[in-house]
Amino acid sequence: MNDNAPRTGLYGLMAEFTTPEQLLDAANKTYAAGYRQMDAYTPMPVEGLADAIGFRKHYVSQAVLTAGLTGCVGGFGLLYWISKIAYAHNVAGRPMNSWPAYIPITFECTVLLSALMAVFGMFAMNGLPQPYHPVFNVPEFARASKDRFFLCVEAGDPLFDKERTREFLSALTSYEVADVEN
Amino acid sequence: MKTEDVVRPIPPDIDPGPDHVLGPGHDIATVTDRIAGVVYQPLAKTPKPWFFAFAAAFALLQLLLISATWLFYKGVGVWGIVIPIAWGFAIVNFVWWIGIGHAGTLISAILLLLKQDWRTSINRFSEAMTLFAVACAGMFPILHLGRPWLAYWLLPYPNSMWLWPQPRSPLLWDVFAVSTYATVSLLFWLTGLVPDFATMRDTSKHHWQRVLFGMLSLGWRGSAKHWSRYQMAYLILAGLSTPLVVSVHTVVSFDFAISILPGWHTTIFPPYFVAGAIYSGFAMVITLAIPTRKWFHMEGMITMRHLEAAAKVMLGTGLIVAYGYAMEAFISWYSGNPYESFMYWNRMTGPYWWSYIMLISCNIAIPQLLWIRKVRLNLTALFIISLIVNVGMWLERFVIVITSLHRDFLPSSWGMYYPTIWDWATFIGTIGLFTTLMWLFVRFVPMLAMFEVREDLHHMQHTGAYPPAAPLPAHGD
Repeated sequence: MNDNAPRTGLYGLMAEFTTPEQLLDAANKTYAAGYRQMDAYTPMPVEGLADAIGFRKHYVSQAVLTAGLTGCVGGFGLLYWISKIAYAHNVAGRPMNSWPAYIPITFECTVLLSALMAVFGMFAMNGLPQPYHPVFNVPEFARASKDRFFLCVEAGDPLFDKERTREFLSALTSYEVADVEN
Repeated sequence: MKTEDVVRPIPPDIDPGPDHVLGPGHDIATVTDRIAGVVYQPLAKTPKPWFFAFAAAFALLQLLLISATWLFYKGVGVWGIVIPIAWGFAIVNFVWWIGIGHAGTLISAILLLLKQDWRTSINRFSEAMTLFAVACAGMFPILHLGRPWLAYWLLPYPNSMWLWPQPRSPLLWDVFAVSTYATVSLLFWLTGLVPDFATMRDTSKHHWQRVLFGMLSLGWRGSAKHWSRYQMAYLILAGLSTPLVVSVHTVVSFDFAISILPGWHTTIFPPYFVAGAIYSGFAMVITLAIPTRKWFHMEGMITMRHLEAAAKVMLGTGLIVAYGYAMEAFISWYSGNPYESFMYWNRMTGPYWWSYIMLISCNIAIPQLLWIRKVRLNLTALFIISLIVNVGMWLERFVIVITSLHRDFLPSSWGMYYPTIWDWATFIGTIGLFTTLMWLFVRFVPMLAMFEVREDLHHMQHTGAYPPAAPLPAHGD
């Protein structure tokens, strides 16, 4: 997605499909034809679709791992600091750093931070919340969250040419190709 | 583009029996219309039984407000708690509610990892159940504090007294376990709802609904890149929730097991608490799913396949619980420890013998009927058994908390526990809170995960497990 594109003129061209298989096939052909700036829109996750449009690295797992390690170290560190430094007192002769007793809370902190990162990190990387997006200007796009599948080739693509791209997409779908206005 | 195609009418709601997860005649559009239709129907068209159930639940909720107000005004003395039974109903109810929540996480997380096809239709429903059950659970330890307005003292935060909580205590572990569990369950539930809110935004006929769902959907547009990150995040959440759910009830059992009281100080508690939690949770799923699917005619979506599978899980976890009871009894005899063997003998024959007999009948004897397929497929029988298991699991916590506390090492400190009317009012009041939230949820939020049902349906059509939809007249004509 080209976020720097000006909010006027054409955002891209959009083709509509009735099944995920048709969309997957079209996405593969579009990628093979050299287009790179494109996105597909589906009412449910479609296996292999992100791959087909050339999107491979999502970094969600790495972000969650980082957050989880932070939670783990931070959680244990907090308990260590509390019971050894900030508020050290002798409980029935147990060592100040009685680390086995700290494991449950350390675990909970690990899970908590990982989960927060998984959700908020995922939405942030997706650029959500984002109330406005040019694709919503296509009236038929309302069905992208129900039973239709869309492929949008964006105007920012170096190969993009309004007429030739339209011709190319028209050959893939039996529906009319729509202009996506910014 | 032309999409004024013929719209397929929603097929009749037929239960396809115990072998299928979806009624016949659906495609990805009709399942969406069917689930969203419950939310879109005008308020006056809401099934009548829903109104009665909601009115009853709401009345009980008022009981909670009254009893909580009275408690705050008078103090915990309005309850029947005494020394030595200082925990009383509050902790019984806390453990019961949090256990009920566990089935939701099990269905949404563990069954996702195990790729169980029957989880899809009921996961949202049971996640909501988790959330509301944890809300009820979390209330009890705080009400039980005596000075509930100081509940934040439980958290480690810098304060002018330079005091910190005790990290070696399982009670502090509990604070972290339960608050993390509540947070992660909420996140899991809301994350699953975002794509469905987008569907609601796009299919609603009312402007205010489109605005409302538009805000809730965060502008979700179903981009393949978004789905790719979303699925990874969802999978990770499932992977995180799986050990989390096991850890939560383990930590709850540590509240007991780490003490030295006979009847509590036992290593079997963590696994047997977790199994009991799932047992009671599935019982509650069945208790709620049977009326809901009847009121809203969701027989084609929540099918006998779901209910029978839930019944089987109930039977299986019930047997683990039975093993737990047997081992408790065996070890108290085999250990040769006089306090242990007295505790168990007292549990069976002491002043609370009736609760033990009821526990064994509700949790072990009666659920054995579920071995019979005819019983599992009989909605009335299943509903009654699920209610009995709910009662049984509450009794289990009653037996553990009350009978263990009332006779400890020294006969001079023995006592009896008599719940007061406010104990009962608080407990029944939380059932009101739980059911109020649940009935509001099934009516005003898509109760099944629409995008997951679509995904599942497409997958089943692909593998031939579900017939492809009959072709419609050509589009664009």
